[in-house]
Amino acid sequence: MKISDIFKKMSYGPAPEGHDKIDQWLEDHKKGFGMYINGQWYQQNKGQFFESKNPSNGKLLAKISQASDESIELAIQSARAAQPEWQKLGGHGRAKYLYAIARLIQKRSREFAVIESMDNGKPIRESRDIDIPLVVRHFYHHAGWAQLMDSELSDFVPLGVVGQIIPWNFPLLMAAWKIAPAIAAGNCVVIKPAEYTSLSALMLAEVFEEVGLPKGVVNVVTGDGVVGNAIVTHENIDKIAFTGSTEVGKIIREKTAGTGKKITLELGGKSPFIVFDDADLDSAVEGIVDAIWFNQGQVCCAGSRLLVQETVEEKFVEKLKARMKKLIVGDPLDKNTDIGAIVDPSQQQRILSIVEQSVAEGATKWQPKLSSPKDGCFCLPTLLTDVETSNVAANVEIFGPVLSVMSFREQSEAITLANNTRYGLASSVWSENINRALDVAPQIKAGVVWINTTNQFDASCGFGGYRESGVGREGGMEGMHEYMKPANPIYLEGKSKKEANKGAKSTIKNTTDKGDFPAIDQTAKLYINGKQVRPDGGYSLVVHSPTGTDCGRISEGNRKDVRNAVEAAFKAGSWSQSNGHFRAQILYFMAENLAYRRGEFCERLKQVAGYTQKQAETEFDAAISQIFTYAAWADKYDSAVHQPPMHGVTLAMNEAIGVMAIGCPDDTPLLAFVSLLSAAIAMGNRVVIIPSESAPLLATDFYQILETSDMPAGVVNIITGDKDSLMKVLSEHQQVEGVWYHGSIEGCKMVEMASATNLKRTWVNYGKAFDWYRTGKERQFLREACEVKNVWIPYGD
Amino acid sequence: MDAQDSSVVKSFHGVHNPGVELKMQWVDDIRVNFSAIQRRVNTLTKRRSLKKAWQAAWLLKAVSCIDLTTLSGQDTPGKVKRLCAKAKNPISLELQKALEVEDLNITTGAVCVYHEMVPVAVKALEGTDIPVAAVSTGFPAGLSSFATRLEEIKHSVAAGAKEIDIVITRGLVLNGKWQQLYDEIKAFKKACGSDVHMKTIISTGELSTLNNVARASMVAMMAGSDFIKTSTGMESTNANLAVSLVMTRMIRHYQVLTGYRVGFKPAGGISTAKDAINYLVLMKEELGDYWLNPEMFRFGASSLLADIERQLEHHVTGRYSAFHRHPIS
Repeated sequence: MKISDIFKKMSYGPAPEGHDKIDQWLEDHKKGFGMYINGQWYQQNKGQFFESKNPSNGKLLAKISQASDESIELAIQSARAAQPEWQKLGGHGRAKYLYAIARLIQKRSREFAVIESMDNGKPIRESRDIDIPLVVRHFYHHAGWAQLMDSELSDFVPLGVVGQIIPWNFPLLMAAWKIAPAIAAGNCVVIKPAEYTSLSALMLAEVFEEVGLPKGVVNVVTGDGVVGNAIVTHENIDKIAFTGSTEVGKIIREKTAGTGKKITLELGGKSPFIVFDDADLDSAVEGIVDAIWFNQGQVCCAGSRLLVQETVEEKFVEKLKARMKKLIVGDPLDKNTDIGAIVDPSQQQRILSIVEQSVAEGATKWQPKLSSPKDGCFCLPTLLTDVETSNVAANVEIFGPVLSVMSFREQSEAITLANNTRYGLASSVWSENINRALDVAPQIKAGVVWINTTNQFDASCGFGGYRESGVGREGGMEGMHEYMKPANPIYLEGKSKKEANKGAKSTIKNTTDKGDFPAIDQTAKLYINGKQVRPDGGYSLVVHSPTGTDCGRISEGNRKDVRNAVEAAFKAGSWSQSNGHFRAQILYFMAENLAYRRGEFCERLKQVAGYTQKQAETEFDAAISQIFTYAAWADKYDSAVHQPPMHGVTLAMNEAIGVMAIGCPDDTPLLAFVSLLSAAIAMGNRVVIIPSESAPLLATDFYQILETSDMPAGVVNIITGDKDSLMKVLSEHQQVEGVWYHGSIEGCKMVEMASATNLKRTWVNYGKAFDWYRTGKERQFLREACEVKNVWIPYGD
Repeated sequence: MDAQDSSVVKSFHGVHNPGVELKMQWVDDIRVNFSAIQRRVNTLTKRRSLKKAWQAAWLLKAVSCIDLTTLSGQDTPGKVKRLCAKAKNPISLELQKALEVEDLNITTGAVCVYHEMVPVAVKALEGTDIPVAAVSTGFPAGLSSFATRLEEIKHSVAAGAKEIDIVITRGLVLNGKWQQLYDEIKAFKKACGSDVHMKTIISTGELSTLNNVARASMVAMMAGSDFIKTSTGMESTNANLAVSLVMTRMIRHYQVLTGYRVGFKPAGGISTAKDAINYLVLMKEELGDYWLNPEMFRFGASSLLADIERQLEHHVTGRYSAFHRHPIS
């Protein structure tokens, strides 16, 4: 084209990124990539390969190994063998490697950017300006955590061997998010990149090789879901970290249930993007571009649901359409490309079919008239209006460049719509009114809230979801905790000294006759919604002491009682919104009222647990102290303020999980009950608690304490009966968001398995007894009682 | 709204922006988010890249949009004549031939001087279409008496200036006295008369906030400015992409509200070819191709041209150039 013609037309023209170096690299591996296992490039004997293609033109990029069982075994054994030495190397020793990795990725940054765009289809601008810099930042930041581990995290040790399975949308970035914290903490890793996009992970392995990372510390195996499954189910792995679909996440939760494997799941989303009428609308439009047309919309936290205030809806949609006309869809390796290729034809097909269904359900589709390459896997940016809440495009994660538009009338409706989803990964709130924005942020059920910005990430800020968007956090201190365990666990080695009392369990008898007179003249009911209620089934159980005498009757709760209790807990939402000082006052009052009844509770302990007077007094006093401890923490478990590299701050807010179910152990019945209950409610949770089967009368005595302590109705609900069957109903209940369970190993497995239904946060004892007298255990309880929400607040005027 | 799609098209040559009555609602409705503006400008320039022939063509476009400027106490007729000669032939014939663009007859957009130099410039540019622009109204601070400022415009127009770059009373913005600001600018516009294009310098570097930049832009347009301009070049903070983004969005908004198209002139500190391309990209992305010509867009710059010449020579020869190889202005 002649310069004088361009002068008149003022078009952009091609701006291709070179790829000679990468072509050469691929040529060097023409026979097929091996895997990086035990510090060596490993070619399988009867190597099976699969093809990796460039989605923008369908051309073959490379042949990738499909890992065999033997290869996976070798990788896991290598990691296991390397782990003790890697841990022993110490924080500084590990920091030096992480630092070197960051440096070398930086030196090879353009190679990484180009291979990422060729393999995944994302625009080179994004891989160059966003993905790779974040990768480098992640390794630098975690070099810092490695360095500080010996001093700042000295109470923790690594988990051991970690299996990591990562997705295709941010191949290298997800590898960095997984590997950096794991090895910083002293774990060794077996990582499997997604089958569509293995190449940048293999290039990363070259970096490990070049910096001399000790063999076996990170092993890269490649392949499809079969390989992933082998890692998930392997018994020699201590933790699974997974990023991918909610569907697979639930399967992983089920497959690891009861094994004691720790899990982090970073799953799907349908994140709301809320625009109030007092927002900078032009900037919000640009925010949408970064929210849903970033990486072709193949982003778990993509702002895919636009919620715009009715007063500005028309104006906003017009602005949005005008902006969409300026997007450039094309070759991922062209520097002017805004929207590149969809990762694979199967994904493209999926996107198109959901859009089709949405239109069939009443949505209106709009696309700008943009040119896009004829060959290759491209989707035009798409706007869906007239989307009702029941529309597929309002509910299903599309994972493509498709935005659903809905409107709201006022703030509370915006919040209701925002939370009307099974997911809870991220959200974006646009308003120039700081009062409004900071009021809305805590009310959105999502792990990340971006105020007047979107899709911002940093290694110092935790990322992860509420609800079915996942479990656990990546980044920041929260992320480090996912790869550590207490050096001095609360678990007792062997059985608890109080386990002897456990025999009481077998003495509960199911009975409907009215023959036995209770040993104490008392009617122990259930405690639901602040009231003593009779059990739905009308049955009761006799409780025997360890010596066999009748202690009295308890109500036998059933699934309807559970339903009612959860309903009550759900409605007590204001407890979660209340302030720490208020909750502390209630807890202190509870301790005060309990203290009045010292004699009575000690008698009960002697009766139901077979304690001596001294044992009873010891446990009672410890229980009072525990309530005081959590009352003290209620207004002190402070949120953190991060300062990521931007003009602004990120608040890492500790929020209540919500409605929790708690199953109490048989040993140390009063202290355990009080500890679990106080920790949970101190952080703002509402609980349904199933007391120890051996000593349920302690819990039913306790509801009188609750009644006299101004505890709001529904915050604490107590159901007695068969613990495991009640816990099963609770673990399956979709409104319950967290479960703590103390009991048998089978019970733990049952709880974790059932919790997969809506991906509850679970904390179980894996059949081991706790040392309830251990001081300093509280921080772990508090961490388990909270979700961390990161609220990004950029500022300036 | 895509500015280009508007059905109401008012050519700069035919009708100036006649302005509208002051509508306070249009000022009160303005919301500008600082951090989002920063993010947009930080990524905007990386979203678009111009290579080879495209880069050369865009740089030539930038040359055609320059208000070649000298605003110094040391200005003499000799200096201004040299400036005008450069304005007529900003790119050497040799370079034009190599680029095959002789038939574009590229000149700069205008020559911009103080009042005293207007007659010299008018004479030097006789026989060309290059307008002479005069900075006015007590430039750069704008705090001389109101009557003096009005007179200054009239004198410059009488001396042959076709464009008047006025400055506003910044205090009116800082104190939110929008009616007074509106009245002042409207009076200046009246003094300019109907044949003269008025560019209103809002002095972004002295307005404190981006919201003030946006509000001042909107009031200036309602008062009839044909162009809005960022800076005098004398403030400690010159033009930058952030304020330019805010101002161009206001231009777009004003067009949606009234149908009138207003031009934009960033000025001060724009000295590299890369800067120039960034501004042109901003115009194309936020306003559209209609603004990519000297009728709707100008750079206020003195040293930008020299850098563009070097880049164009590099384009032709493949060798990096030196400043001394090109005639100075």
